[in-house]
Amino acid sequence: MNRTDSPVLPLSEIDRRLINAFQGGFPVCERPFQVAAEALGLDEASLIARIEALLAAGVLSRFGPLFNADRMGGVNVLAAMSVPAADFEALAGLVNRQPEIAHNYRREHALNLWFVGAAETSEKVESAFARIEAASGLPVYRFPKEREFFVELILEA
Amino acid sequence: MDSVDLALVAACQAGLPLTPRPYHAIAAQLGLTAEEVMARMQAMLQRGVIRRIGVVPNHYALGYVANGMTVWDVADEQVDALGKAVGRLGFVSHCYRRPRHLPLWPYNLFAMVHAKTRGEAEAYAARIADVLGAACRQSDILYSTRMLKKTGLRIVDQPPLS
Repeated sequence: MNRTDSPVLPLSEIDRRLINAFQGGFPVCERPFQVAAEALGLDEASLIARIEALLAAGVLSRFGPLFNADRMGGVNVLAAMSVPAADFEALAGLVNRQPEIAHNYRREHALNLWFVGAAETSEKVESAFARIEAASGLPVYRFPKEREFFVELILEA
Repeated sequence: MDSVDLALVAACQAGLPLTPRPYHAIAAQLGLTAEEVMARMQAMLQRGVIRRIGVVPNHYALGYVANGMTVWDVADEQVDALGKAVGRLGFVSHCYRRPRHLPLWPYNLFAMVHAKTRGEAEAYAARIADVLGAACRQSDILYSTRMLKKTGLRIVDQPPLS
């Protein structure tokens, strides 16, 4: 399914406020939904229901903590391949099936398949890339980060 | 990170339970006290192991259909200083220095921008180009045309808690 073609769902004002207010800062306490709901002028049950509905509709891809793999002793490595159009679906499927692959995007370029390998060790990430290379016969170009300048994705709804 | 932290990560990497007491639910699942779960979550937030806790929107569903990986071939001796400056631009969500793969790939600075139209993404790229100035020799924007897989981080299989 081409996600870029999916229509933009009209969001209610409360959903918009929820998304804008809680891309971080969700409380750590006994009744966090109750505390967060108060900030939005909702009650606890309604907030839980809103988040459930937004997840089900695909407006949210996740709800919970965002981990920093580097700080966990984990490794994540960006990689790319140049995949012939005729083989694209099969090779995208091959990449997706590797459990170490966290993200996979098609991009417009000679390097048209970009994915992230994430695992506890660089050996595990490497072995996923090596499996992909062996099964496809194509090179996987590694783009490990050499320096991180900034990471924080907040999207305004 | 000890084995309890790893168990916590494994328990909530797919998401927090949508119940009134989510940290209590995780505690019950792991055989810990809720106080310990919450203290460890706070400590992981402070150490930056958890970047943040909250909702993660799907770009496309919010209308961010022009998700561009802008890539830049920047002189090696200037890339670190300029990368920091690019990372400070409010519309850049991720900014990294990465290796080139010559001759196929001459770019060593990557900056992600998320926009509602390609015109808007190109305007962002023009502002990055202004920051880089003459140190940048060439550049490109790779738009994602399809999200094929996006899972939360899954770096922990099933750590045993003994």
